[in-house]
Amino acid sequence: MFNNIMVPVDLAHLDTLEPALSVVADMAKQYDARITYVGVTANAPTSVARTPQEYEQKLEAFAQDRHNVHGQPVSTKVYSSTDPIANVDDLLVKATKETGADLVMMATHLPSHLDAVMPSHGGKVATHTDVSVFLIRLTH
Amino acid sequence: MDNKPQDQSPDENAPSEGIPAPEGAANLIDTDYVIGQDNITASPMGIDVDLHGKVFIFSSIVILLFVILTLALQEQMEPIFNSMFSFLTTNLGWFFLLGANVFVVLALVLIFTPLGKVRIGGADATPDFGYAGWFSMLFAAGMGIGLMFYGVSEPLGHYGTAMGGITTEDGVRTDWAPLGGAAGDQAGAIDLSMAATIFHWGFHPWGAYAIVGLSLAIFAFNKGLPLTMRSIFYPILGERIWGWPGHVIDILAVFATLFGLTTSLGIGATQAAGGLNYLFGIPSGDTTLVLLILGITIVALGSILLGVDKGVQRLSQLNMVLAALLLLFVIAVGPTLMIATGIIDNLIGYVTHLPAFSMPFGREDANFSQGWTAFYWAWWIAWSPFVGMFIARVSRGRTVREFLISVLLVPTMASVVWMTAFGTTAIDQVVNEGITEVQDAALELQLFTMLEYLPLTAITSFVGITLVIVFFITSSDSGSLVIDSITAGGKVDAPKPQRIFWALIEGALAIALLLGGGLAALQTAALTTGLPFTLVLLVGCYGIVKGLMSEPRAK
Repeated sequence: MFNNIMVPVDLAHLDTLEPALSVVADMAKQYDARITYVGVTANAPTSVARTPQEYEQKLEAFAQDRHNVHGQPVSTKVYSSTDPIANVDDLLVKATKETGADLVMMATHLPSHLDAVMPSHGGKVATHTDVSVFLIRLTH
Repeated sequence: MDNKPQDQSPDENAPSEGIPAPEGAANLIDTDYVIGQDNITASPMGIDVDLHGKVFIFSSIVILLFVILTLALQEQMEPIFNSMFSFLTTNLGWFFLLGANVFVVLALVLIFTPLGKVRIGGADATPDFGYAGWFSMLFAAGMGIGLMFYGVSEPLGHYGTAMGGITTEDGVRTDWAPLGGAAGDQAGAIDLSMAATIFHWGFHPWGAYAIVGLSLAIFAFNKGLPLTMRSIFYPILGERIWGWPGHVIDILAVFATLFGLTTSLGIGATQAAGGLNYLFGIPSGDTTLVLLILGITIVALGSILLGVDKGVQRLSQLNMVLAALLLLFVIAVGPTLMIATGIIDNLIGYVTHLPAFSMPFGREDANFSQGWTAFYWAWWIAWSPFVGMFIARVSRGRTVREFLISVLLVPTMASVVWMTAFGTTAIDQVVNEGITEVQDAALELQLFTMLEYLPLTAITSFVGITLVIVFFITSSDSGSLVIDSITAGGKVDAPKPQRIFWALIEGALAIALLLGGGLAALQTAALTTGLPFTLVLLVGCYGIVKGLMSEPRAK
């Protein structure tokens, strides 16, 4: 059913993603799919990396790390932007096309009153792509 | 805290490999500081925050204190600020003039040296924005609003004083004429007034912006330091910029930006309300002012949520188109031939008078050089952290030469054309058509009064008011982005609610100060920050040269 699972990750908040990442691993094993980890970062230096290239290396290392855990093939793609906070949704939609993913799995927060002003990224990606989207709600 | 995830990743960046370079060759500064390491992160009521504890808390306290003081003790505070500022311009006017000259000379020289080939973001970086979007944003952030209000009033003002010639009292000049004036000499007065206006809107303001913008861009995109004012000081203070010396610089930058923006927002709303009253008879009372500021803030909020690309960039482009249409209209229906020849004449006049205008010492026109020039310079320099930081953020991928030509030469030329079109039309109305209303009108209404004597007044004045308002929206949202990034320790990817917070604070402060009084006092206080920032910029000059020397140059 699924051959290529796209997983957006935020390297600055990996600790909160752990539960979602293991669900992704189970899913990938179930369908024997490859996993594409996608990162969106700023052009300017950030807490994770001082350049987009450093971010790319860190994401690559993270992907290899995950590969060692679940054994499925992995790849990465990084998008850098002047204003990543504002552009992340558009870039993820673009990423679904460019990575050729047939399933997007991403962690998202619980729905809240703030969603009216600032919709969740997962919700927006689901609205704007035609591939399957699996949102993993982080209860914490 | 934030650097935790890094610890979880394997040692892919073992020290032996070093930190990878930006795209193509460049030289990162070797520091162990991790951006955001001093930040406080929390999630109160589901709203994420990520702030530099000390910078955020101290700047909030300073801001709060200032606002309470100016509101509560307005009568006592205003004279203190005023005397502080007139002391600065009277006694240290030379310092502002000298500093601004240094910025312009350095920026001009860099265009022609091999250092101009260095590319912001590394040798292979590609620009994030196209020319149209980039240039619109530079211009809208840099001076958009001022051109609307001084385009008519400043040339007219200088023309009047220049015609008046020199008056003295006890051997001291009491007139405000530039240089030696041009008593009774109409052509000479026009020449002098246009040159003086262009001088205040030409190389010098953009030189200050260029220095801040370029040094921040180089230290962030090529050297890997956070995008915040303190990074400029790295060549001098080294690792100490992460401590209190750096905090103080950042707090000052927040202060100058927020109060510069707030006072402009308040004054701009007053002017827009004046225009609406003049045109449509809408009462320009407190209700209109509050509604205007609320409206500007709401649109600014929407634009901030959309971000730089879809919000600020699009609004700036919209304004460029509107401004260009208004400019072409004035040229077409105004004294076209006079404007066309005026552009060349004024450019020559500007260049000819430039050495005398920018001379910091031995000036005989103290009122003009201190009251106008030093005042303007303090103002541009106080704005430079805001405009410079925003310019830096959108300029990745440009070469230093490209950057300087676009930040220094192109805007100066645009100012020449704009000031000539509006100034010449207004002066022509006064001199050749004998219309005195423009000269007699209140400062904020002079543009609208001039437009009244041209065809299609209703449309052009409406475009004028729209331009004023949209320029304020772009200033407000680029300002919020800048303050947010400074108070988040240089993070450009801090959570969205923080931007919203700053935009709301700007609006709320502007309303409080408009209703409670004290806008003028705060503006003076913001201007006073021009002095420390002149020093910051001089350090920036050193930093730029030092930083660029260690960068590889594009082929």
